[in-house]
Amino acid sequence: MSAPREISFPKRTPGLDPPAQGNRGSRILAPLRAEGARGVAIAIVSTVVVFAVVTIAVVSSSGWPLIRQSFFDGAVFAEAFPKIVDKFWRNVFIFTVAEVLVLIVALLIAVIRSLPGPVFFPLRLLAAAYTDLFRAVPTILVIALLGFGAPALAIRGVPSSDVFWAIVALTFVYSAYVAEVYRAGIASIHPSQVASARALGLSRQQGLRSVVLPQAIRRVIPPLLNDFIGLQKDSALVVFLGYQEALRTAQIIQSENFDFTPYVALALVYVVITIPQARFVDWLIARDQRKRQAEATL
Amino acid sequence: MSGAVALRVDGLHKSFGGVEVLRGVDLEVDDHEVVCMIGASGSGKSTLLRCLNLLEPIDAGRIVIDGDDITSAGTDQNAVRRKIGIVFQSFNLFPHKTVLRNITLAPTKVLRLSRADADERAHGLLARFDLDDKADDYPDRLSGGQQQRVAIVRALAMQPDILLLDEITSALDPVLVAEVLDAIRELAEQGMTMLIATHEMGFARDVASRVAFLHGGTIVEEGEPNRMFSDPAEPETRRFLDRIIAAGRM
Repeated sequence: MSAPREISFPKRTPGLDPPAQGNRGSRILAPLRAEGARGVAIAIVSTVVVFAVVTIAVVSSSGWPLIRQSFFDGAVFAEAFPKIVDKFWRNVFIFTVAEVLVLIVALLIAVIRSLPGPVFFPLRLLAAAYTDLFRAVPTILVIALLGFGAPALAIRGVPSSDVFWAIVALTFVYSAYVAEVYRAGIASIHPSQVASARALGLSRQQGLRSVVLPQAIRRVIPPLLNDFIGLQKDSALVVFLGYQEALRTAQIIQSENFDFTPYVALALVYVVITIPQARFVDWLIARDQRKRQAEATL
Repeated sequence: MSGAVALRVDGLHKSFGGVEVLRGVDLEVDDHEVVCMIGASGSGKSTLLRCLNLLEPIDAGRIVIDGDDITSAGTDQNAVRRKIGIVFQSFNLFPHKTVLRNITLAPTKVLRLSRADADERAHGLLARFDLDDKADDYPDRLSGGQQQRVAIVRALAMQPDILLLDEITSALDPVLVAEVLDAIRELAEQGMTMLIATHEMGFARDVASRVAFLHGGTIVEEGEPNRMFSDPAEPETRRFLDRIIAAGRM
């Protein structure tokens, strides 16, 4: 055998690699970079002017003092914020446990829905019915049905705690959404990957576990995190069961003070935990796009 | 012809929808023989190879490997595939695994080799194909020719009795074709039994013990390569080779 010719090959297309600094994948700022220094200056000036005009218009309006008092009362905020954050850990517990369960239950449902062959028809039917049902029924209704209904049955051995049933309800609903996300990911893996695994003698399950799922899961992380942001917000629906979590706490302080600042404080907490996750998803998507572009130019 | 029959195909039929792609293929490959299948795109070469590997169910006929009818009911498909390796036109490496893990996946999962034994086998094969420095790279870091050689190594790591190659250079840049064909040449010299679908006529002439011309879903003509290329008996074979020469491919 003659030695194979050594072909030099670009490791990565340099222009597509992210710069070391400055690029955090922001869509809002991206057009500015193309404009250069003059564009940035114009953007700063126009931003300052617009925000100044809006602020002056709002603050000088006749209704502003009343709005400030009802929604942005500093004293009420100082009292409410620590209490709300304290109870918000209960929401964090609920959605964290639900998220872990959703990851498992949804994967199970997605795998069942992609089982081939007539033998599995009843299982596929059940899985499809599950996703249809729990995407159709409003989350708050599922929480009410399970949170009030299940403990009312007073079956021995079944917990009656609000938190337990809130977690179960959120898991049921969000597993239906996330199962569809997983299923789209599984369907996006090219059949040649499965053929390749089978050709090497791997069984269907081995191919699914070692070849299809690792690629599918990586691909669906951004949409999956999006659904998790929704789940985190929906943990506030537990208030409906009378459970003393963050929103309930805000409600109590609001009714004591006849002031809506506690709601604003809680909204702020949600914004603070959600925005980093949203930016992280953007970053993941941007990274994925860069990777695909790099592959396309190869 | 020498040695025992590694693979025998009798009256193989295969349709997709209403279209009959294979209309009674008969073929024999002996141990240590290299058979090249030539024929126009759509003549059924790829379908035949996929049927032999049981990736496509067949409609009628028999496939016998090492004396076992693998098309009879109750055949363990996974066991059959352990004996028949296949390399695809589009490489189909697993992009989420390194070169080494691409190669060791099936030996550890299917043959139940220990990680250490599988690694040793993989490194040995990689060294043979001048790829030992690529073991820890991901496939997207490799050139097409390197990827295809890794795919060959991945198939060989299962130590198959027969290797099927499905137009393995058709997706490659012309400059990368040679390194892959050289690898196959070396395998042929070492006595690997192979059934190769190819458009590379020069390569087929060099490496094949026999050439089979597939046309319209049957093997129209087969024979020793020099005679097939210089003096084909069938008018269909002649017409095909004339077109290949006119296209500058031979």
